[in-house]
Amino acid sequence: MTTPPKYAFFTFAVQALYSGGNKSSTRKDVTPGMSRSRMSRALAMLRKHKALYLLMLPGILYYLLFKYAPMYGVVIAFQDYSIGRGMLGSPFVGLKHFEEFFFRTPDAWKLIRNTIMLNVYDLLFHFPAPIVLALLFHELKNRTFKRIVQTISYMPHFLSTVVIAGIIVTFLSPSTGVINHLLVRLFGIEPILFLGLPEWFRTIYVGSEIWQKVGWGTILYLAAIAGVDPTLYEAAKIDGANRFQQMRHVTFVGMVPVMIILLVLNLGHFMEVGFQKILLLYNSMNYETSDVINTFVYRRGILDADFSFATAVGLFQSAIGFVLVVTANRIVRKFSDTSLW
Amino acid sequence: MTVKTGFGSKLFDVFNVLAMLVLIVVMLYPMVYVFSASISDDAMVASGQVLLLPKAVTLHAYESIVNNPDVWISYWNTVRYTAVHTVLTLIVTSAMAYPLAKKWLPGRRTILLLAAFTMLFSGGMIPTFLVVQKLGLLNTIWAIVLPTLVSTWHLFIMRTFFEALPEELEDAATIDGCGSLQVLVRIVLPLSMPVMATIGLYTAVGQWNAFFDALIYLNDRGMYPLQIMLRNILIAGATIQAETDTSQLQTLKYALIVVATLPILCVYPFIQKYFVQGAMIGGIKG
Repeated sequence: MTTPPKYAFFTFAVQALYSGGNKSSTRKDVTPGMSRSRMSRALAMLRKHKALYLLMLPGILYYLLFKYAPMYGVVIAFQDYSIGRGMLGSPFVGLKHFEEFFFRTPDAWKLIRNTIMLNVYDLLFHFPAPIVLALLFHELKNRTFKRIVQTISYMPHFLSTVVIAGIIVTFLSPSTGVINHLLVRLFGIEPILFLGLPEWFRTIYVGSEIWQKVGWGTILYLAAIAGVDPTLYEAAKIDGANRFQQMRHVTFVGMVPVMIILLVLNLGHFMEVGFQKILLLYNSMNYETSDVINTFVYRRGILDADFSFATAVGLFQSAIGFVLVVTANRIVRKFSDTSLW
Repeated sequence: MTVKTGFGSKLFDVFNVLAMLVLIVVMLYPMVYVFSASISDDAMVASGQVLLLPKAVTLHAYESIVNNPDVWISYWNTVRYTAVHTVLTLIVTSAMAYPLAKKWLPGRRTILLLAAFTMLFSGGMIPTFLVVQKLGLLNTIWAIVLPTLVSTWHLFIMRTFFEALPEELEDAATIDGCGSLQVLVRIVLPLSMPVMATIGLYTAVGQWNAFFDALIYLNDRGMYPLQIMLRNILIAGATIQAETDTSQLQTLKYALIVVATLPILCVYPFIQKYFVQGAMIGGIKG
C-alpha cells in the first residue's frame, strides 16, 4: 500500500474506538417475553450467523496472520533471535538491544533528529500549502478554468514514489539534469550536486512532497468550504465586509475545523515519515540529514539480517508513535465534544 | 450583492489567475519534460539542449524498451499483481464488511476494535517480514498480495456504506430464500458499485505504484514488478541490459517513466471522480 491518506486512517481509528463505547446498546432483534417464537428466532439467527461468521473468516485470518502475529513477533526485540532457534528457543536478553541503540550506536541521535526535523519541516511548509491553495481555488470565478487547474494539480498524486524519486534524481543530476542545465543557462551558476549535499536534502524532500500532494490535499478543504452556509456570506456583505474580510472571516473560518483535526492527526503520526521516498533518495553523502529511523531499521533488519536489534529500534518508534496517537486521540475527543463530528 | 468590486478585489483576481497559471506550469513542466526527453535524441538531452520541447525526435528509446524482454516480464508481473490483489481485496473486504454492518451481530464490536487497533499500533517492518518468511511466501506473488490484502480504512468505509443500505431489500431477499452469501452477491454488491469502484481503484493504483514490499520480499529477477525495475534503472543506476549501448542512457530513463505511468494517467480523467469521492468519504466524515 503506498498512499492512503494518513489522516483518514487515523480518523477512522479514532471514530471506531470511541463510537465502540457508545454503541454498546444497539438495537436488539430478540424481544423478551415471547419465549417460543424467541427460541425459534434465536435458532434461525444462529443459523444465519454461521454464514455471516464464515464470510468474515478470511478477513479475520488476515488480521491474525499479518497484523497480530507480527505484533506478537516484537518479543524478539528482547531476545537474541536466530532463525534456527526460532522465537521460542532464542535466549531472552532484556533491554540489551535498546541499550545498544541508545548508548552504543553513534548515529542514534542523528536518526531521531532527522526523523523529527523532516516532520517539523513538513508541518511548517507542507501543512499550510493546501489551505492556501484551497482558498485560491475557491476564489476563482471561471468554473471551467477552476476545474482544469484542479484536475492538473491532482495529477502528481497518482505518480508512484519510484517515479517521483526517479524524476528528482535525473532532474537534479549535476551533469545531465535539467535543473542544473537551467541554472547554468539562466543564472550562470556552477552545477550543484544537490543530492550529495546534506543541506539540500530537507528542501528536496519537503519540496517534492508539496509538489506531489498539495493539489490532492485541497479536496478536504474544498469540501469544508462547500459546506459553509451561504447565508453567512450574505450576512457578512450586509455588515459591510469586503471580499478579503469575507475570505478571512467566512471561508477561512469554515476551514478551521478541518485544519484542527488534520493538525492534531498529523501530530499523532509524527514519527512516521515518508521513508519509502527517503530510501530512494538518500545516499551515503547525505545521510547526515536524510537517514531516519525507518531507513536504519531497513538496513539493519532486512539488509544485515540483524532481526532482534532492528525490531527493537522499530519498536521504540512504534511505541513513541502509539503514545503520540493516544495523546492526539485525547485532544480529538476534546474537540469532538465541541461537535466537530 | 451590491458591494462594489473594488480595485483591490480586481487586483486579487488578476493575481489569483496568474498564480494558477504558475501552478499549472509547475505541475505540468516535469511531466512535459519527461515526455519530451523520452522522444528526443540522447545527446541533446544529456547536454541540456532539451529544456521543454523535444529535439531531434526519435523513438529509439521506446524501441529498445519494446525489444527488452525484462520490461515485458516486469510489466506482466505488475499487471498480474495488481489484478489479483484488487480482486482478492474486494472479495475479502466486502465479505468481512458485510457482517460487520449488521449491528445486532454478536462479536461485531470485538472484531471492529481488533481491526481499529491495527491502525494505532503495528508490529513493524521486521516482525512482518519474519511472518511472511515463516509462511514460505518469499519470492511468490502472495508476498506482494497477502500482507496488504485488507486495508482497515477501506474495511470501515465499506461497512459504513453497507450500513446505509435499506434493510427491507435484504429482508425481502431473505424471505425469498436467499442465504447471506446470496444476499451479499445479488443484492448488496450490485447496490454498492460506487464504493466497490472507489476501493478497487485505490487498491489497483496503490499496487501498481508500490515498490517496497517487492523490494524486501522478492529477490528473483523474474518476479520483479515494473516499479522495482524502474528503481534499479533510475535510482540505482543499473543499465537496462548488458549489451545496450550507452547512446540512450538518458532517454531510456524518461521513456521508462512514461511507459510505467501512462496507463494510470490515461485512465485518470475517467476515474478521477471516484478518487475524489474516496478522499472525501475517507476523510472527516465517516
